[in-house]
Amino acid sequence: MLNLIKEYLPNVYNFGWTGDYGWGTAIWQTIYMTFWSGLIGGIMGLVAGVTLVITDENGFAKNKPVFFILDKIVSLFRAIPFIIMLVIALPISRNVFHAGIGPNGALLPLALSLFPFYARQVQAALAEISPGLIEAGLAAGGNFWDLIGIYLKESRSELIRVSTVSIISLIGLTAMAGAIGSGGIGNMAVVLGYQRYYWDVMWLGTFIILLMIFIVQFIGDTLAKRLNHQ
Amino acid sequence: MSEPIIKIKDLSVVYKQKKQTIVAVDDVDLEVEAGDIYGIVGYSGAGKSTLVRTINLLQVPTAGFIEVDGHVLSDNKQLYKGRLLRQARHDIGMIFQHFNLLAESTVVKNVEFALRHSDVNKNDRNKRALELLELVGLSDRANNYPSQLSGGQKQRVAIARALANDPKVLISDEATSALDPKTTRQILDLLKELNQKLGITIVIITHEMQVVKEIANKVAVVQDGKIIERGSTVEIFSNPKEPLTKEFIGVATGINEAIETIKNSKTVQNLSKNQILVELAYKGQSTGEPVINNVYDKYKVSANILFGNVEILNETPIGSLIVVLDGTAPNIKKAIKEFQENKVTVNVLKEGE
Ligand SMILES: Nc1ncnc2c1ncn2[C@@H]1O[C@H](COP(=O)(O)OP(=O)(O)OP(=O)(O)O)[C@@H](O)[C@H]1O
Ligand SMILES: [Mg+2]
Repeated sequence: MLNLIKEYLPNVYNFGWTGDYGWGTAIWQTIYMTFWSGLIGGIMGLVAGVTLVITDENGFAKNKPVFFILDKIVSLFRAIPFIIMLVIALPISRNVFHAGIGPNGALLPLALSLFPFYARQVQAALAEISPGLIEAGLAAGGNFWDLIGIYLKESRSELIRVSTVSIISLIGLTAMAGAIGSGGIGNMAVVLGYQRYYWDVMWLGTFIILLMIFIVQFIGDTLAKRLNHQ
Repeated sequence: MSEPIIKIKDLSVVYKQKKQTIVAVDDVDLEVEAGDIYGIVGYSGAGKSTLVRTINLLQVPTAGFIEVDGHVLSDNKQLYKGRLLRQARHDIGMIFQHFNLLAESTVVKNVEFALRHSDVNKNDRNKRALELLELVGLSDRANNYPSQLSGGQKQRVAIARALANDPKVLISDEATSALDPKTTRQILDLLKELNQKLGITIVIITHEMQVVKEIANKVAVVQDGKIIERGSTVEIFSNPKEPLTKEFIGVATGINEAIETIKNSKTVQNLSKNQILVELAYKGQSTGEPVINNVYDKYKVSANILFGNVEILNETPIGSLIVVLDGTAPNIKKAIKEFQENKVTVNVLKEGE
C-alpha cells in the first residue's frame, strides 16, 4: 500500500503523516479550526439568534432597542466577505489574543464569520415555532428559561439541519484561511499542492475535504431525522 | 350566592396600530362564580379571546380590574409580574383550539412541563402526570408523541396539562372548534365531568351556542368588545332579548331554519283572515301542549303545530312551537293572553289577510 502511494503519488508520500506539513497534521488542524471556531461562533450565533426571536415585535421578551442593535450588528458582520474578515481580524487576533498565525490565528475571523450566518439561520428556525406553544408555556406558569427551552427543543431538528449547513460552510472557510497561512487541508491543497504543481497533493486535499463534508452531512441528516417528531 | 372567583371590572383592551386603534374589549364587567361553566359567545373578531386571555394576563389590559381567586392580577396599571404572576397562573389552567402541545416531547413530558415549578416533588412528577392522564382517559398513550394522537386525544393531553397544578379556573378558547361533532361531545362531557368532580370553574369561549347548550350554566354574548347580554343559559335560551342572541340561539336550535321553511310553505303563504302564525316559547313547568288544549276548549281557537323543538338545559325543558292559530280575531287575542298568563312567550310571525 505504502509502496503504491510512493510510486503513484510521490509528492503525497513525501509530505508524510506527521511533521509540520504532514497529512495527519493538516487533517488535525482543519478539525481543530472547525471545532473551536464552530463552538465559539456557534454559541455567539445561537445566543444572537435566540435573542433576536424573543426580543422582536412578537417575542415574549419584546425589546425594541436590543432587537434593533443586534439586528444591525448581525447584518453588518454578515455583509463582510470572509477574505476581508481574515485581513481585518488577523492582526486583532495576533495582537490582542497573541494567537500568532497558524490554526489559532484563524479562529477569530472564522468565528466572526460564522456568527452572523448562524444567527440568521437560528432566527429562521425558531421563527417557525408556533406562538401558541409559547402561550401554552406561559399559561402553564413557565419562566424565561422554560420558554427558551421550548424554543430550542421544539426546533432542535431544524437547528441540527442549519448547524450541519453551517459546519459545512465553515469547513470551506477553513480551507480559505489555510490558503493564507493558517494550515490545515486547505493550505495543503492550495499552497503545497496547487502553487507547486503537486497535482496529486491538490487532488488528495480536495478529496479529504469532500469526505469531511460528506461525513458531517450524513451525521447531521441522521440526527435531524431521528429527533423529529413533528 | 357564593363569592365570584373571577371579578372583572371596567376592563378595556386597546390595540394601537400605526393607522388605527382597535378597541378589542370595551369597558367590560364580568363576574364568574365558583363552580360555574360560563360560556362566552360571539362572532369572530368580537373580542372573546382578548377578553378571556386577560384572565391569566396572557393579554395585558389597557385598563381595568381583574381578580382571580383572590389574586388581584390587574388594578389599572398595577399588574402581577414575575414569580407572583407565574404562581397565580398555576391557579388558572388554559386549553386552546390548536392544542399547543410540545411536538418534541412525549405526552407524559408535556404534562410534566406544567409541574416544573409546582410543589410536587421532582421524583413524584412523573407519577402525578400519569395520574392526570388517567383522569382524562389517556394513560395508555403516555409515551406517545403528540403527532401520534387524534385531535380529541391531543386535547385530552392539553386538559391534563392544564389541570396539573390543581387550578381553580380552567379557560377554554375554542377548544372544540378543530374537532368533529362526536369528539366535541366527548371533550365537552369530559369538561363537565371535571367541573362536577373537581369543582373547577370553567370559562369557555365558543362561536357555537350548541357548545353553550351542552355544558354552560351561564352565558355572555359578546359583540364589538362589549357584553351585550348575559344570564343563566336557561334564561337566555328561553327569553333572548338582543337580536344577535336570538340569531345564535336560532342557529343552535334550528328554529330559524324552520321558520324560513315554514314561511315559504303553502299553508302559511295562503294564511286566511282568521289565521295567525306564531312561535310559542316556554320553559320549565309551563308546557305548551296543555295550554293549547285549554285555549281550544275556552275560545275555540285551534292550533296547528308546524314545528316543535324541546331542549333540555340544566334539566329544564325549553320548548319552542311554531303553530297556526285559527279562530275569530277577538278570540285569538284572548288566546294569546291566555298563553302569556301561562308564561308562554308568543311571537307573532305572520298575520293572515
Ligand atoms: N395582537 C393584536 N393586534 C391588533 N389587533 C388585534 C390583536 N389581537 C386581536 N386584535 C383585534 O381585536 C379584535 C378582537 O379579536 P379577538 O381575537 O379577541 O376576537 P375573537 O372574538 O376571539 O375572534 P375569533 O372567534 O376569531 O377567535 C379583532 O378586531 C382583532 O382584529
Ligand atoms: Mg378567538
